[in-house]
Amino acid sequence: MTEEALKGNALKIDHTTPDRGWMDPAVEFRKGTYCYPASVKHMNYLGLPNPREWQPYDQDWKLPKNWKSILLEGMKDRLKRYRSYKLFLDICVRCGACADKCHFFIGSGDPKNMPVLRTELLRSIYRRYFTLSGKIFGKLTGARELTEDVVKEWFYYFYQCTECRRCSVFCPYGIDTCEMTMMARELLSLIGCNINWIVEPASNCFRTGNHLGVPPHAFKSTVDFAIDEIKEITGIEISVPINRKGAEILFISPSADYFGNPHWYTFLGYLMLFHEIGLDYTWSTYASEGGNFGLFHSADLAKRLNAKIYSEAKRLGVKWILGGECGHMWRVLHQYMDTLNGPADFLMEPVSPVTGTHFENAKSTKMVHICEFTADLIQNKKLRLDPSRNKKWKVTYHDSCNTSRGMGFFEEPRYILKQVCQEFYEMPENTIRERTFCCGSGAGLGADENMEMRLRGGLPRANAVRYVQQQYGVNLLTCICAIDKASFPPLLEYWAPGVEVAGIHELVGNALVMKGEKERIADLRGEPFEQKEENGHV
Amino acid sequence: MANKNSLYSIVAVVFLLLILLVGVQGLGWYLLFGVLIPYVAVVFFIVGFVYQVLRWASSPVPFHIPTVCGQQKSLPWIKADKMDSPQTTGGVVARLALDILFFRPLLKNDRIELQEPQKLLFKTSTYLWLGALAFHWSCLIILLRHSRFFLEPVPSVVLWLQWFDGIFQGLLPILYATDLIILLALSYLFIRRVVYPQIRYISLPSDYFVPLLILGIVVSGILMRLVYRVDLMQVKAWVMSMLSFHPTLPKGVNLLFYIHLFFVCLLIAYFPLSKLMHMPGIFLSPTRNLRNVSRSERHINPWDRPVKVHTYQEYEDEFREAMKEVGLPLEKD
Repeated sequence: MTEEALKGNALKIDHTTPDRGWMDPAVEFRKGTYCYPASVKHMNYLGLPNPREWQPYDQDWKLPKNWKSILLEGMKDRLKRYRSYKLFLDICVRCGACADKCHFFIGSGDPKNMPVLRTELLRSIYRRYFTLSGKIFGKLTGARELTEDVVKEWFYYFYQCTECRRCSVFCPYGIDTCEMTMMARELLSLIGCNINWIVEPASNCFRTGNHLGVPPHAFKSTVDFAIDEIKEITGIEISVPINRKGAEILFISPSADYFGNPHWYTFLGYLMLFHEIGLDYTWSTYASEGGNFGLFHSADLAKRLNAKIYSEAKRLGVKWILGGECGHMWRVLHQYMDTLNGPADFLMEPVSPVTGTHFENAKSTKMVHICEFTADLIQNKKLRLDPSRNKKWKVTYHDSCNTSRGMGFFEEPRYILKQVCQEFYEMPENTIRERTFCCGSGAGLGADENMEMRLRGGLPRANAVRYVQQQYGVNLLTCICAIDKASFPPLLEYWAPGVEVAGIHELVGNALVMKGEKERIADLRGEPFEQKEENGHV
Repeated sequence: MANKNSLYSIVAVVFLLLILLVGVQGLGWYLLFGVLIPYVAVVFFIVGFVYQVLRWASSPVPFHIPTVCGQQKSLPWIKADKMDSPQTTGGVVARLALDILFFRPLLKNDRIELQEPQKLLFKTSTYLWLGALAFHWSCLIILLRHSRFFLEPVPSVVLWLQWFDGIFQGLLPILYATDLIILLALSYLFIRRVVYPQIRYISLPSDYFVPLLILGIVVSGILMRLVYRVDLMQVKAWVMSMLSFHPTLPKGVNLLFYIHLFFVCLLIAYFPLSKLMHMPGIFLSPTRNLRNVSRSERHINPWDRPVKVHTYQEYEDEFREAMKEVGLPLEKD
């Protein structure tokens, strides 16, 4: 399917509603639209309940015998622990404002991808077993029996939500489908229905410190490789401290930064920046992951993975923590970490050692976003920048869902971009800032086997990219999310060929004029600068 | 299937109307419909409403999850959005107030249009906002106008409101502006559910039932004013007798009054069981009523529990040899 689609067989999108009502739970597991279940090995490593071999297209999912009571008990327990669950299950009026706000609905036309119906899948069971009106009036108030088909339907649709929270911006009550998806995924996990693209990275992260399963010695050689590359580009031999006790700052980024493409160039950008300002910092191999796939599974697993950050900061005796470019990582760091594993009273309120700026907004978590840090450096004129080195790029910026609706992180990256590149264009207003569209691969859905759904979910974002491409000749989409950086290249190849993807610190690295550097002839991608005589370097 | 849902509701409302007709007109059960059902309905409403709100409030908000819609407060030279990324309680109050009073999120609404081949167009779509705003505001004003039946002396605010609402009576005798607006708005909200395929698809029978019930209330109310008039002084006397727990039967009223009253009773009794609880619910919504300060102030999870973690020691034990080989610092050699 995927390859066919990529060959130019346009995906058909049909927004007409089917004749079959939504209360019928039957689902067809079509190749390309679902993720593979979690492997027994990784479930066992994490100690997750009811591991087994099964496939979504199997008739028999080999659910535990008491699956129904597990689910209902689990639901009862969660209703007690989360006000959001109770409230959001009760107060939706089905006004439909959210219907066409979901990228998966827009791209698939499947009505069960409207946020209102996605939640209704849970709500119908809640009504039947937990509300008076549902018990009395049954179907008339939208109550349904919990059957194995409903479990299959949940698995299909709650792994077709990227927890991007766009719907919650448009909902008059702020009903957040992300919360509903989190609840449903926790429930599914109780009966052993997980997807591998979440559980394997989480298990890797638990064991090796990062999602990709990079062991410490491999991390070291990756860093050495980066040092060599930077030397080749700038002529400067930098040093990169790892697991160094007594450093002032612990730096944590998503593992894709040092293993993925185009993340790698952002990684080089960080290293060059830290060298240039003489930052007293360290990487950690034990906490070599900022991202947290646990968040996509359960609050407990999110806490288990997140615990490493503070515990490593304590072991190394740093003063505060700096975090790299990542989306859901920052949702966890901003909205969850202090609650999950705080208080970080052994750390100090973050102060930039270069500018003396106090990051009061992070005075409790003690963790600062690299874009806040860099924007402060630039604003205080601590960096020499040559934006002409990025002149081949006509740049637009994609607001990542989590940094946007989870943090309100809009101006810092834009400020940096405008300082390090020459041409910057915004995508249409309905598709940026708090109204930004997801890449379609977040919340653990970036699996290759899910490619058709990813392409469909990515349509609204890609459509806006294509608009600025046609309008202004934009050829670079920048973002501050590791999942974006991984998912956009195939997406744009399909929807908006000719637009490349980069992190912000890649462009910073390009523009950064380093003390003692040789004349640069190529950018961080190794691509030679054009017409260098015309715009002689500083 | 979805069209059946609106049909179910119409049948249900007609059936309820028949019950009343038979009960009042046929059997003459005035006491039941004029005294008992109103009392029961009010008790249902109050108990149910309070119970639901307490039930929500009894569950904690374990994580700090505001939906942020504006620039965060970070560096001093970046202008923070005080309302859509609220840092203070004042900001939260302003945000909630605008959301509740003016339905701001609906104002952002846009409609997606799919153009061939696979091109998306965004069109602003404010009809839902307009319809919802017109409905809720006229509902509120009508309720306030009705407070003249419950309060003695009638507050001047209510009289003033009544005068203002009737400002067009010169053109259209004794018709309140809000009566007209609520009729139009309700019809729009109902028809929208029937006409738009997507909205029809998501609508439950109960989604049609509520506007129909309210429509019944509005129409019977308007008819009582315009055509088959009732003695308002007598109605007030009845309300007062009910409020003082010395109930009498309403005098000087007609069948329309009983229909009006019965439908109001059904609505308020059904209120706590239904989606109408969105009214108190929005105040408790954790995505809207929290400040965006989760990095500067710690949010406590009351049921926080220990989890199994993978410690640094366990990690080093597994990788010690390899780490040693590449010269990474170790805790234990």
